[in-house]
Amino acid sequence: MEDEIKKRNIIQKSEADVPVIEIKNLHKSFGTNEVLKGVNLTVNKGENLVILGKSGSGKSITIKCIVGLMRIDEGEINVFGTDITKLHIAELNGIRVRIGFLFQNAALYDSMSVRDNLGFTLKRHAKDLSAEEVESQIKEILDSVGLSEAIDKMPSELSGGMRKRIGLARTLILKPEIILYDEPTTGLDTITSREISELIIEIQKKYKTTSIIITHDMPCAKLTGNRLMVLKEGVMHAEGTYEELEKSEDEWVRSFFL
Amino acid sequence: MNTTLIAKKESITTYLKETFNDIGKVTLFASRFFREVIKPPYEIKELIKQCYIIGYKSLPLVTVTGFIMGLVLTLQSRPTLAKFGAESWLPSMVALSLIREIAPVITALICAGKVSSGIGAELGSMKVTEQIDAMEVSAINPFKYLVVTRILATTFMIPLLVIFADGIGVIGGYIGINIHGDVNLYRYLSQVLESITFSDIFPATMKTFFFGFFIGMIGCYKGFNAANGTESVGKAANSAVVTASLSIFIIDMIAVQLTDLFL
Repeated sequence: MEDEIKKRNIIQKSEADVPVIEIKNLHKSFGTNEVLKGVNLTVNKGENLVILGKSGSGKSITIKCIVGLMRIDEGEINVFGTDITKLHIAELNGIRVRIGFLFQNAALYDSMSVRDNLGFTLKRHAKDLSAEEVESQIKEILDSVGLSEAIDKMPSELSGGMRKRIGLARTLILKPEIILYDEPTTGLDTITSREISELIIEIQKKYKTTSIIITHDMPCAKLTGNRLMVLKEGVMHAEGTYEELEKSEDEWVRSFFL
Repeated sequence: MNTTLIAKKESITTYLKETFNDIGKVTLFASRFFREVIKPPYEIKELIKQCYIIGYKSLPLVTVTGFIMGLVLTLQSRPTLAKFGAESWLPSMVALSLIREIAPVITALICAGKVSSGIGAELGSMKVTEQIDAMEVSAINPFKYLVVTRILATTFMIPLLVIFADGIGVIGGYIGINIHGDVNLYRYLSQVLESITFSDIFPATMKTFFFGFFIGMIGCYKGFNAANGTESVGKAANSAVVTASLSIFIIDMIAVQLTDLFL
């Protein structure tokens, strides 16, 4: 028993020692269009990293590569210390359940109610849970995103902000250690954008998550990001805190803050 | 002149390349289906739901078309048979035509329009709104959940719909006969049953499994591989109907040749 605890502690220690996400020399092309030309980045445990960049600069592609939705041409993507590009699908799925992904338009399953959207994933990964336990977890998560009353609604009945919250709830239901946000505030009004940004911080504190946030929304970046990176022409061009980048000597970087 | 010929040659080469490329991709898609279908976990609930949607919900359409098929076939054949004084052959002719050819092909074509396009549009829309990606990142196999269940449902539901259409078509034939004559239902049915043999029913039913498989597979392939953008959803649905309809005729032609050879 003691050996087992010791072994677990060693594994936990070794996981804490390495960055949660580490990307080395990531290349990705679509035909002749080389979008990512050697991206390098590191995200440490408990950190919120914001990635800024112009539309089409490859921000979303970068996070899609992290969950194995896109095959990379060259490079290394280490998640929890494992290079996911070399994993078999079953092993990759083992990593995927520890990562949450909030899509730009929430990607809720249209044919399912909010309850089923959340339960669909949970029932498949926590088969030992009883129906009552599934229901109580769904309610708990919906409560944490402030939308308990939407449990029986269909996605078509939800507003843009509500869809994002439900998308986030669906992501949180598996208690992920990493959350990747793909433009979480796009298409939302200023007030709702702020609410979503505050929710991201709340989730970071409550669930101790590590996150990458792709955004164009500077108030969201300021509020949620512990560190910011700017992607330009397929490589990471600048890095720093919000305040540091705001005062950057690079005019192109400063233009994001105008 | 020379430039026009070169341009034509190039366009034909490109077309052939794309066609063979597509055939290769469909073959890979089908082989993935056979790999995934035997591997657990099995999505039984979703399979039952799809059987209900594809089978039960198509019943009204199949009923109407099956009835009209039988009725029209009888009314159209009657004058020709009457010329030869062979009106008494009408029940046998209608039953054989329906069971061997008309009901399977017409029902399959209707299902290609309703089911294949529906699957193409549904999966295409899920693809462009990233719902399929969302399943994948949740470590759920979208191919197993969406594709395998739908192909299995069409493979087993289309034959049942065809058998149902056969029955309704025979009833339509009975009403068609009685518009201009007076035939007892018992006599009509006994003549129908006497004329049908195993070699009429077996190949006709077997080919409907292939119709069902291709209707499901083409709908799923087109939807699952839809490009990004809402325009591609319409294209996926449209292309699913055209390709599925064409494949039904090709399968039918092969089935008829094989039946001639072996039965």
